[in-house]
Amino acid sequence: MRILSLAGRRLAASIPTLFLILIGVFLLLQLAPGDTVDALMAQMGGGDAATAHELRKFYGLDLSVPAQLANYLWHLMRLDLGFSSIYGKPVATVILERLPPTILLMTASLSFAFFFGLVFGVIAARGVNRWPDTVISTFGLIFYATPSFWFGLMAIVVFSVYLQWLPPGGFEDIGTVQTGIWRALDIAAHLVLPTLTLGLIFLAVYLRIMRASMLEVLNLEFIRTARAKGLDETHVITRHVLRNALLPMVTLIGLQAGTMLGGSVVVESVFSLPGLGRLAYESVVQRDLNTLLGIVFVSALLVIVVNFVVDLLYARLDPRIAAEGS
Amino acid sequence: MSDPVLSLDGLTVRLPRGADRSHALSDVSLSIASNEILCVVGESGSGKSMMANAIMRLLPNEVEIEDGRMMFDGHDLCTASPAAMREVRGAGIAMIFQEPMTALNPLRTIGDQIGEMFSIHTRLSKVEINARVIALLDDVRIPDSTAAAKAYPHELSGGQRQRAMIAMALALDPKLLIADEPTTALDVTTQAQILRLIRDLQQRRKTAVLFITHDFGVVAEIADRVVVMQHGVIVEQGAADRVLNDPQHAYTRQLISSVPPLKAPPPRSLSGKDVLSIDRVSKTYRTGGFLGRGARVTEAVKGVSLHLPRGATLGIVGESGSGKSTLARCIVRLIDPDAGSILLDGKDWAKLTPDQVRRETRHIQMVFQDPFASLNPRRKAAELVAQGPIVHGVDRAVAIAEAKRLFELVGLDPSAGDRFPHEFSGGQRQRIGLARALALKPDVLVADEPVSALDVSVQAQVLRLLAELRQQLGLSIVFITHDLRVAAQICDLVAVMKDGAVVEQGTTAEVFGNPQHPYTQALLSAIPGGDFTRKRDSALV
Repeated sequence: MRILSLAGRRLAASIPTLFLILIGVFLLLQLAPGDTVDALMAQMGGGDAATAHELRKFYGLDLSVPAQLANYLWHLMRLDLGFSSIYGKPVATVILERLPPTILLMTASLSFAFFFGLVFGVIAARGVNRWPDTVISTFGLIFYATPSFWFGLMAIVVFSVYLQWLPPGGFEDIGTVQTGIWRALDIAAHLVLPTLTLGLIFLAVYLRIMRASMLEVLNLEFIRTARAKGLDETHVITRHVLRNALLPMVTLIGLQAGTMLGGSVVVESVFSLPGLGRLAYESVVQRDLNTLLGIVFVSALLVIVVNFVVDLLYARLDPRIAAEGS
Repeated sequence: MSDPVLSLDGLTVRLPRGADRSHALSDVSLSIASNEILCVVGESGSGKSMMANAIMRLLPNEVEIEDGRMMFDGHDLCTASPAAMREVRGAGIAMIFQEPMTALNPLRTIGDQIGEMFSIHTRLSKVEINARVIALLDDVRIPDSTAAAKAYPHELSGGQRQRAMIAMALALDPKLLIADEPTTALDVTTQAQILRLIRDLQQRRKTAVLFITHDFGVVAEIADRVVVMQHGVIVEQGAADRVLNDPQHAYTRQLISSVPPLKAPPPRSLSGKDVLSIDRVSKTYRTGGFLGRGARVTEAVKGVSLHLPRGATLGIVGESGSGKSTLARCIVRLIDPDAGSILLDGKDWAKLTPDQVRRETRHIQMVFQDPFASLNPRRKAAELVAQGPIVHGVDRAVAIAEAKRLFELVGLDPSAGDRFPHEFSGGQRQRIGLARALALKPDVLVADEPVSALDVSVQAQVLRLLAELRQQLGLSIVFITHDLRVAAQICDLVAVMKDGAVVEQGTTAEVFGNPQHPYTQALLSAIPGGDFTRKRDSALV
């Protein structure tokens, strides 16, 4: 229960941060030339100044910047994200439609990166400075150094165009209507390449962290105690090293949740996935301020939730954390 | 002598190239019988811990056994297969380590870690293992053993952790127990308890114990036989009585003579004027509270009043958690006291603003415990020493020249100023720390455990240096230590602290010769090898 109250406090502390971020983004977008109405007029194929004025008045864009901001925040307090003039729907609806692909993609890449980062990190640490370590570290460096869009494009060329094993893009096959397990399998097939593309970079990071933290823990004294008990190397790793070495990895997940959302913008664009990342990009181009702020709000919530879960997980893994508050 | 449990025969262990010597151990031969405590004594770097690791075959990667035999239970451990070695570890030979905090896995419960011994080597059921663990914890006299089994290492005190380690090591009734400095990290009263526990258990179970230590006081307390090591070579071995009372080798004699005497030095006449007087100083820590809920209050220092006459040395003695370091930090205003006054030359130090403290701080300087952590590793020694004067407005070149002169004063080569801290030994680093504190020509030096991290012979040198400097520069010193033997050597006045309060104070001869408070008496009687030291001291007279 202590952990929950501690975490609750953390949540309360992040609310001001959230507002600061929203205000910052709002003001930043005021600096960009043009507004929603300009974008709308361009879509309609142009129009006269009077129409533009009407539209501005309709969307509340003729007010002063502080008034617009106050208006937005007031709506937000009542959990109303506003109305998207470009999509003609409430922002909440637009975002909810686009959220599942992004969440799926993030969870899948995170799990992929975490699992394989852990496995390869352990292998590299066990064979430190020998060939398994060299091979794994080299590949890790290559994955880390290569831009993800290039990976995505190459993956499409090889696996979709040349081998024709996997679909080149999209979230699901729109040509046929599928239900249940078949639909799930179809989505999974569509997500394989994006997941790999987004996950590889994070895999490289996790691998390096895991390797370093394994090596550090292996040098600690209680590992000597474990060996002096007569434990064999495999059990020393599984029973004593792993959990200790996982602590920095878990911290990293929380830190990188935000980076991952950023990375999904690129990957979603390359694989034309209808996710949050692409929505963000489109709403910047179309000056759809309400949608963009909504995305920022939801992303920030997502990052806060991930960090909240990481905090809980951390307290679960490390009994010293839970004790600190008591 | 009965059959030896373990016998080392010409054991030679090679160090990797580039180490400070070619062999960690050369031609080491010794044997331990059952029901015997063999103490291996030596200073840091003598190879005594390396020997323990060699016996367990747990040497670091590039270090290997070059030659020799280690006979245990009819097998040569040097040639045993890794699987056979795992059988021996824990079940045949068990080990306890110096720092029980780092030697236990912080993420698993005590009971779980002790129980692992059984799950590795036996086929007992979970229920049986649990029962055995509780019995073991009772055996090492941990209060409330059921709760202790469920506790994590950080939830126990240092002494209890070491008891848990001992319980773990003795779980499978090993023939040989290797104890690598098991009491060095503990308070003196806890140390006495743990030593008694090891002795008791050893006698009851007839275990052979290989006890590694650097402290001849501990040797006098516990050893049946003694092996003295220097630079990886055994220089002397024999029965404890014989080695202690009639040491043959010069190195043994030097080690025994650097065990500090327990008697106060002849009292010096003290000035009537106080340079520093502390009046009812208090410091309370509050932690963890959110809007006043669930706050935990620790009274670290409770209304302490002390006086330091000009030119005198005041020892503040106490165990960990007694508040002595907090008091020291209050005196130099590294932390702010909550109440009370600290009069230094008539100025109330407790009420100065942070800005004034920065300006006045050259009158009072501090020497820290850990000579490895308290020097910035990226700066040259001379710069470290000159930094203080430069901050206070002395020209850089002048300050560096002055630093070189200070090096000579503290017994270092003046040209050593161009070297980095890691190029110095522990004792030399503490000398740099001293020079750094002296660079500002302070009236009062606050030394927080300045010799605790040093070997005995180096400790004696640094203490001698401090005494000389005190004479030469007319320094007044506040000397904080947990080691009564060290306090007896250098202090004119002693104050004993317990739970944040001073329980007894007076001249060193009074406090040590005729302790009034039960806590002081307990501290004095807990000193390892106290009887031996007293006997030797009286023989010297």
